[in-house]
Amino acid sequence: MHGMTLAGIARALRAREFSSAELVQHLLERIGRLDGQLNAFITVTGEAALEAARAADAALVKGGGPLTGVPIAHKDIFCTAGVKTSCGSRMLDNFTAPYDATVVERLRDAGMIMLGKTNMDEFAMGSSNETSFYGPVRNPWDLARVPGGSSGGSAAAVAARLAPAATGTDTGGSIRQPAALAGITGIKPTYGRVSRYGMIAFASSLDQAGVLTLTAEDAALLLTAMSGHDARDSTSVDAPVPDFAAGLGESLKGLKIGLVEEFLDDGLDPANAAAIEAALKVLEGLGATVQRLSLPSIGLSVPTYYVVAPAECSSNLSRFDGVRFGHRAAEPRDLEDLYKRSRGEGFGTEVKRRIMTGTYVLSAGYYDAYYLKAQRVRQLIAADFRRAFEAVDVIVGPTSPTPAFELGAKVDDPVTMYLNDIYTIGVNLAGLPGLSVPCGFVDGLPVGLQIVGRAFEEGRILNVAHRFQQETDWHARAPGGAFA
Amino acid sequence: MKLSRHEVESIAHLARLEISADEIPVYVDNLSRIIDFVQQLEAADTEGVTPMAHPLNMTQPLRDDIVTEADQRALYQQNAQAVESGLYLVPRVIE
Repeated sequence: MHGMTLAGIARALRAREFSSAELVQHLLERIGRLDGQLNAFITVTGEAALEAARAADAALVKGGGPLTGVPIAHKDIFCTAGVKTSCGSRMLDNFTAPYDATVVERLRDAGMIMLGKTNMDEFAMGSSNETSFYGPVRNPWDLARVPGGSSGGSAAAVAARLAPAATGTDTGGSIRQPAALAGITGIKPTYGRVSRYGMIAFASSLDQAGVLTLTAEDAALLLTAMSGHDARDSTSVDAPVPDFAAGLGESLKGLKIGLVEEFLDDGLDPANAAAIEAALKVLEGLGATVQRLSLPSIGLSVPTYYVVAPAECSSNLSRFDGVRFGHRAAEPRDLEDLYKRSRGEGFGTEVKRRIMTGTYVLSAGYYDAYYLKAQRVRQLIAADFRRAFEAVDVIVGPTSPTPAFELGAKVDDPVTMYLNDIYTIGVNLAGLPGLSVPCGFVDGLPVGLQIVGRAFEEGRILNVAHRFQQETDWHARAPGGAFA
Repeated sequence: MKLSRHEVESIAHLARLEISADEIPVYVDNLSRIIDFVQQLEAADTEGVTPMAHPLNMTQPLRDDIVTEADQRALYQQNAQAVESGLYLVPRVIE
C-alpha cells in the first residue's frame, strides 16, 4: 500500500481494495519501524489517525470526496488543535496549539487523515534540517546525507514512503530544495494563494504553504483543496481557485520555456547540469521551445533575502517573550532577565543569528543602507521576472546547485549554507509559484528540475510537471534497502 | 566589515537575547561574514526604485471595525507557565 500516489489511494479506497484504517495502520507500522533511522517525525498521532480513518471508512460507504480517508503528514510549523506544535524549537517544545491552521482545517474537512507532525529546521530557518531542536533528519537515499530543509522531515517521510504526502512551507526554497534532494515533487504556490493563518511566521512577506508529494497530479489534488481566500490572513488573495487536477494533461505544443543564463554558471554541479539538459530535451520532445534569457539582478537575490528575511524574522519572533506561551526561564531576576534568558535558552544558534542580523539591519543608522536598499533590489528582481514572463510561459532550471550533501558539511559557515538556495530564493522575493520535480540521479542521489510560472499560474507549471512525469519515471524511483 | 564585540553585545541586548561570553566571538565572526555578504547590495543601482512592501505589490484589505473574535482567554492561557485570575504573571516591575 505504501508507495501509492494519492490518486491511486483514492481509487483503491473507492474500489474497496483496502480500507483507510488498514492503510493508516500499515503506515503507522512503517513509521514505528523505520523512522528511528530518519527522524522525520516529531509527533506521531496514531490513535487519532486510526479513529479518523475509521470515520472516513464510514463516510466512504456513503460517498465522500476525492481525498476522503487519504493520509497526510503536517510540517510541525502548522498549528494543530490539541496537538504539540513545536516549529522544531525548544521555545515551543511545551506548546499545544489551541486552534488549527487553515491549511490543516481545509485538508481535514476534505477528509484527509493526519498521521503526525514532521521535523523541520528550527522556525524553518535552514536548508539541511540540521537546526532542529529535535535533531537532524536523514535522507532515505543515503543516511549520511541531509534531506534538505527546512521541510526536511516532510521530504524524508514522503521519499521513504512513510506518508504519501506532506505539507510544507517555503520562504526561500524550503519545499522545493528538500523535494529535489529527496527525489520527490514539491510546490510552492503564488504568495497569497494559500492562507498563512495558523502557520507560525518566519518572514511574512515570503512565507507560503505548499505540499510535498510523489507526483504533480497529487500536488494538484492537494493544492485545489487547500487554496483560496481566508479572511483570517490579511495577505490571502481573493482569486478564484481552479481545479488544478482537471487542468492536467494539456499538450505542451507551443509552450515557451525560458532558461536562465545566470543559473547555468560555475556554481552548478556539471552532472546536475546534464540532468537539466536532458529534461529540457524531454520537454522539447513534447512540443515546447526553449530560449535563453537573462535575469540581470538575480545574482543579488541571496543577499537581498538575507536582509529581508532576518528583518521580518526579528520582528515576528519578538512575540516569544517567556510570558504568554513557550519556554520560560527559571527564577528570573527581573522582567528583562526573563525575556533575555527565555529567548537565549529557547532559540538555537541559527535562529539567534538571524534575529541578530535582522535587528542589526533594522537598527537606527542602518535601516536605509540595508533594509530599504534590499527592498529596492527586491523590486528589481521582481521586475526581471515580469519582463521574462512577457517572452516565455515558464522558466525552467535547476532547483539546487548540488545533490544532497553530507550532514555537518556546511554547518560551520552560514553563508555557504545560504547559497544552497540560490536558484529558489528569487522566486519567493517575486512572490511567484515554483515547483521541483525529480529529473535524474547523480551518484545515486536524486536531483530536481525547478519550474517557475507567472503569479497564479500554478495550473500551468503543474501541467508541465505532469506531462514531464508521463514521459519519465524519475519520480517513481524509491529508496531501496529497509525503505523498500 | 568586522563587527566589534561591543556591537554584537548591543545587538543581542536590543533583540533581548542572552548570549554567553564564550558564544560572543562566534557571533562576531558569523554576523561579520553575513553583513559582508549582504553588502554586495550597495553596488546595485536603485535610483528611483520604490522599495517593495508586498511581493505582488498589493495593498492590505480593509474591513468593518467590528468585533469578530470570541473570548478564548482560558483556552489560550493553558499554554502560559504562570497565570493567576486570568492574568499573566511576570517578575515585579514596579517596587
